[in-house]
Amino acid sequence: MTELLKITDLNVEFVARRGTIKAAQDINLTVAPGEVLGLVGESGAGKSTIGNAIVDLLEHPGRVAGGSILFQGEELRGKTEAEMRSIRGDRIGMIFQDPQTALNPLMTIGDQLIETIIKTRGYDQKRAYECAIELLEGVGIDNAEVRLKAYPHQFSGGMRQRVVIALALAGKPELVIADEPTTALDVSIQAQILDLIKQLCEERQLGVIIVTHDIGVIASIATRVAVMYRGKIVETGKVAQILGDPQHEYTKALISAVPRADKKYHRFEAVDYIEGGATRKPIDIATHWLGKSRHQSDDQTPAVSVKNLDLSFTLQNALLKKNRKMLRAVNDVNFDIKQGETFGIVGESGSGKSTIARLISGLYTPDNGEISIQGQSVLGNQRDANIKAARRKLQMIFQDPYSSLNSRLNVMNIVAEPIRFYKLTSSEAETRQIVGDLLDHVGLGASVANRFPHEFSGGQRQRISIARALATRPQILICDEPTSALDVSIQAQILNLLKDLQEDLGLTMLFISHDLPVIRQTCDRIAVMRSGQICELAETEELFNNPQHEYSQHLLGLMPKLDLLG
Amino acid sequence: MTNLTPSQNTTRFARFMDSDVLHSFLRSPSAMIAAFITLIFILAALFAPLLAPYNPFDPSQISLWDGKLPPSFAEGGDERFFLGTDNQGRDMLSTILYGGRLSIIVGLAAVFLGMFLGVTLGIVSGYLGGTFDAVIMRIADVQLTIPGILLAILINGIGRAFLPVDIRDEFAIYVVIIAIGLSDWPQFARITRGATLVEANKEYIASARVIGLPSWLIMMRHLLPNVLRPVLVLATLGLATAIISEATLSFLGQGIPPTTPSLGTLIRVGNEFLFSGLWWITLFPAIALVILVFSVNLFGDWLRDALNPKLR
Repeated sequence: MTELLKITDLNVEFVARRGTIKAAQDINLTVAPGEVLGLVGESGAGKSTIGNAIVDLLEHPGRVAGGSILFQGEELRGKTEAEMRSIRGDRIGMIFQDPQTALNPLMTIGDQLIETIIKTRGYDQKRAYECAIELLEGVGIDNAEVRLKAYPHQFSGGMRQRVVIALALAGKPELVIADEPTTALDVSIQAQILDLIKQLCEERQLGVIIVTHDIGVIASIATRVAVMYRGKIVETGKVAQILGDPQHEYTKALISAVPRADKKYHRFEAVDYIEGGATRKPIDIATHWLGKSRHQSDDQTPAVSVKNLDLSFTLQNALLKKNRKMLRAVNDVNFDIKQGETFGIVGESGSGKSTIARLISGLYTPDNGEISIQGQSVLGNQRDANIKAARRKLQMIFQDPYSSLNSRLNVMNIVAEPIRFYKLTSSEAETRQIVGDLLDHVGLGASVANRFPHEFSGGQRQRISIARALATRPQILICDEPTSALDVSIQAQILNLLKDLQEDLGLTMLFISHDLPVIRQTCDRIAVMRSGQICELAETEELFNNPQHEYSQHLLGLMPKLDLLG
Repeated sequence: MTNLTPSQNTTRFARFMDSDVLHSFLRSPSAMIAAFITLIFILAALFAPLLAPYNPFDPSQISLWDGKLPPSFAEGGDERFFLGTDNQGRDMLSTILYGGRLSIIVGLAAVFLGMFLGVTLGIVSGYLGGTFDAVIMRIADVQLTIPGILLAILINGIGRAFLPVDIRDEFAIYVVIIAIGLSDWPQFARITRGATLVEANKEYIASARVIGLPSWLIMMRHLLPNVLRPVLVLATLGLATAIISEATLSFLGQGIPPTTPSLGTLIRVGNEFLFSGLWWITLFPAIALVILVFSVNLFGDWLRDALNPKLR
């Protein structure tokens, strides 16, 4: 027998107060040595549940309800907790999503590695120490002997994930389960970590299960892939075959929703965001409330203009100015956004892109520089009527749909708040009518108005946020990573919605994202940011086909290749 | 993983009936018993004039001849007075009912005062930050270094000193409420400020700012409802503390005068006769006080656990 792991008819259920949830149903999987199996699906599909079920780490009240898990021909179900614990350390390694929390911050890297090695391999202190150095070198950490004395906080995110991998390998496992190993990391680091996992897998003939929501990760590392949907595996096969020629409807829809970096299309086909009660009646902008006071000023004035923008954050305060440690989050940034265009800012985490969004929307005040909205400067006394009027033309959509809505208000009150505050309508009945129209327009339907935010999924919440942003009748919309917390199919819905809104309402958009393919699909012009500065500002096609700056070239080179997709 | 169908119930009552808090309440016998006893005390306080066999404040119903009678079930007891009488001939059961009412009123009013001050200052400090925050929080820190009861005695003493002698007894109850309320606010301010700091960083606050809402509206509409959970727990536990504080003040002779006794005053008065063998004057109010405080505390503990998502 060649299989390292063989799962047959596995069922996992969570017994909750409101009924039993079948998180995984009739799962059949095999992993061979030296093979990377990708387990892909959207949130709630049950992919992490399977990983946890294998090593018996299901969270309460989850339990395995049936089926068998054979690991090297040995049944794992029914093992005692002590037996499982030794299997987890010695023979199955785990890599988790967040390297921040997977390491003990109070112990040095060396102590953690040596402790694990002694426990799993039974080496003495000296041999374990040598082994730890070997392991660190194996995962590509230079100067391993010195680095052993370092604490986790002295490592960057990518380095930390390497240490986590070294820890997972400490017991010489035959199988490694990696649960979203690169989701918390920047693209450039993601590529390195994936390469490392692949290389280790080949060298040591490990079986690897990689759990991810990211088709790009699957395309670049997996040999075989299993697509999960609502607790079931809908399709399994070789990566090239599944991605290039999907058979199941869900796989087709999933793959069509993946933003492509290599070509631009107008919108995501086969993705529809209109739900149950929504009709999305076309709104005649010329007569409808949303269109009122939407006089287009002459096209020459930029919608947003930013000049010599500077902002520093205090990292460490001190009495004397020279002793203060400052971080220049935004450093001499200049750009204009033309009326009606979508302007993208792309960069890795910490590059200052979100800070710029918050500066323009007035959440932060710059140290230096000038920001104007349709020619009106918006810095200075915020009570000034002209500044207030200019600010109202601009609204913002945030990243985290779970914290961007006040959970104590119902949808009606959330969306109606700006309308009521600015008295944009003459009567409460009209307000309700307009909120209904807005909710219908974002594809949710007017009937959701009486519900509360916790009843909605992430994508639906994001659409409520969009409806709220539209309620002030803005002309400029800032989208700060609007889809990075969402699944791909939901992301495609939101991107389609934004595109439709832009066309219907003639919105100008500032779109901020770390995700190059998404940026390519949405933006007309793009600014590439690094350490608070703009490296390159170019038309989208220009940038993707012929990047000028070294850093842009570097970033573009790191994008997962999706050539396999048809 | 949680593909639970969203409930269609949208009225507040229906949402409450469906909530996890109620679910946890119905599964916690200690919480139910505590709530039941607290409810009985509150009802007894509310309807004391109807329930009490005598009115201890009506001189026509009191006779010194009936003074110092033991409980009816004890030797030498008079069946008219179930729990006996005090030194002035007042029926103990009636005085406890009226006294409990006073204790609960003072406790509630003091907690509301402390909560109002603390929550207001806490939200404003947490949201505005800067100098205002620094000043308020340092004042709170300083106040927290002094034991609350000492501070209450101090404020109470100063308050009484400023009142003219002839109206001192009449206003004693308000002075006690203010004294306990003022000694209580820093805890509320601390916990509210902490919750505000967490909430103010969330994106719904940022979005309210981008919409252009003024600070006061953001604090009232968005922050206040979202920081109230921990405050609710503190207020419940604080009610027990406030009742104890009032009893302590009264026991020390600093609080409610003996003419309109609270539980604390009753215990003090009884204490003077304890060594003459008149145990019932102090024992019964003390038992009432302990049961009341214990059940309020128990209920508060359950509430804290039920509202803490991490412990569920």
